Amino acid sequence: MKATGAALAALAALGLAAAAGAETAPDAVQITDGTLAAPLTAEPGDAARGRQLFAGRKQGNCLACHANSDLADEPFHGEVGPPLDGAADRWSEAELRAIVVNSKEVFGDQTIMPAFYRVSGFNRPLGDFAGKPILTAQQVEDVVAYLRTLKE
Amino acid sequence: MTPIKTAIALFAGTGLVAGLAVAGPGPDEDQLVIEGETLITEVAAPEDHPLDTIYSGWRFRSDETQALEIDDFENPAMVAVEYGLDLWDTAAGSSEKSCADCHGDVDSLAGLRANMPKWNEAAGQPWSLEHWINWSITEHQGAEPWKWESEEMLAMTALIGLQSRGMPMTVETEGPMADWIARGKELYYTRVGQLDMACNQCHEDNWGQMIRADHLSQGMINGFPTYRFKWSGLGSLHRRFSGCMKNIRAKPYKRGSDEFVALEAYLAARGAGLSIETPAVRN
Repeated sequence: MKATGAALAALAALGLAAAAGAETAPDAVQITDGTLAAPLTAEPGDAARGRQLFAGRKQGNCLACHANSDLADEPFHGEVGPPLDGAADRWSEAELRAIVVNSKEVFGDQTIMPAFYRVSGFNRPLGDFAGKPILTAQQVEDVVAYLRTLKE
Repeated sequence: MTPIKTAIALFAGTGLVAGLAVAGPGPDEDQLVIEGETLITEVAAPEDHPLDTIYSGWRFRSDETQALEIDDFENPAMVAVEYGLDLWDTAAGSSEKSCADCHGDVDSLAGLRANMPKWNEAAGQPWSLEHWINWSITEHQGAEPWKWESEEMLAMTALIGLQSRGMPMTVETEGPMADWIARGKELYYTRVGQLDMACNQCHEDNWGQMIRADHLSQGMINGFPTYRFKWSGLGSLHRRFSGCMKNIRAKPYKRGSDEFVALEAYLAARGAGLSIETPAVRN
């Protein structure tokens, strides 16, 4: 009985591990040479949702810093980062994912671009934001899927 | 891809890698003249400054916003200044004295705002104008101190600040102030919050650029307390610091804290030579 119980517990743990494995936690992400090939989620990114996040002021707000002709109907495109027209021609999917997840590991410490999927190493994070990434794993995949559509 | 487009794409790519700011709209060419007096909104930066020329935030605002600061009848902060004058003349506290009873006309305090924050030997640290006002209210008047962001405090800092309008910012940088300015500088360059940004990344590396609908200025402090449309009223410099920190999702320091006084001291030195514009008008 005892042995069976232990075996069942082990199986349950494996099941949990598999479920957790469907989504890579922020601290488990490994960026190598400026690339992150493995998607963060099992569910593929949704470019339409990514487009909304790109323009949304509350979450992605990529438009605050990056101009993007695909969103010409939205007012006020930022100038702090480079325009992202043709982003998919310049960066591979693995590079785009690494940049969105943690640009500091790609461009260096001094880049102004926030890390959108990181939870540790922050200085004085405000209240509810502490310990949370800016975007969820699925939202990162959605944004990456959208960036992959920006071709010239 | 045409060769031109390739060149733009490459430039855009290197811009991001190097963190370089692409040339943007920058400050406008307008001159700030209030009541016939020309204010300095552009001046060669003080020594050992990361920028060549420093500009008042007024130069980055729209013509409509600028116009409200040019005319004292249009300036929405002048209502607070009027209230400040009432307070100046009103007896208060156990002394039953008004500010005017000791100081006379408020223009006797001309120049005070231009030197803030100012070293207080007894306290062993620099004080912001708010600290000095509360000290006088409690010690001299025997009255209760005002809250940092209260209507009374904003009215009084606006009134006293206005007496220095047009004077260049000239904070003391030597002696014991040097350590505080160094501390403020460290805070200026320290990344904070979930967005992991430091003051310099917007106001030194990217001033003149648009961040969404906002035209980034150099983050100069010569207009505080300032009337902001966003606030629908006057607000203190430390309130602005706090708002900036919350924008990048960082836990703000308290108004009047050593950290904000140190940052104020550094920014006063960083903006030395610009005219005081109190009470300025911004969006």
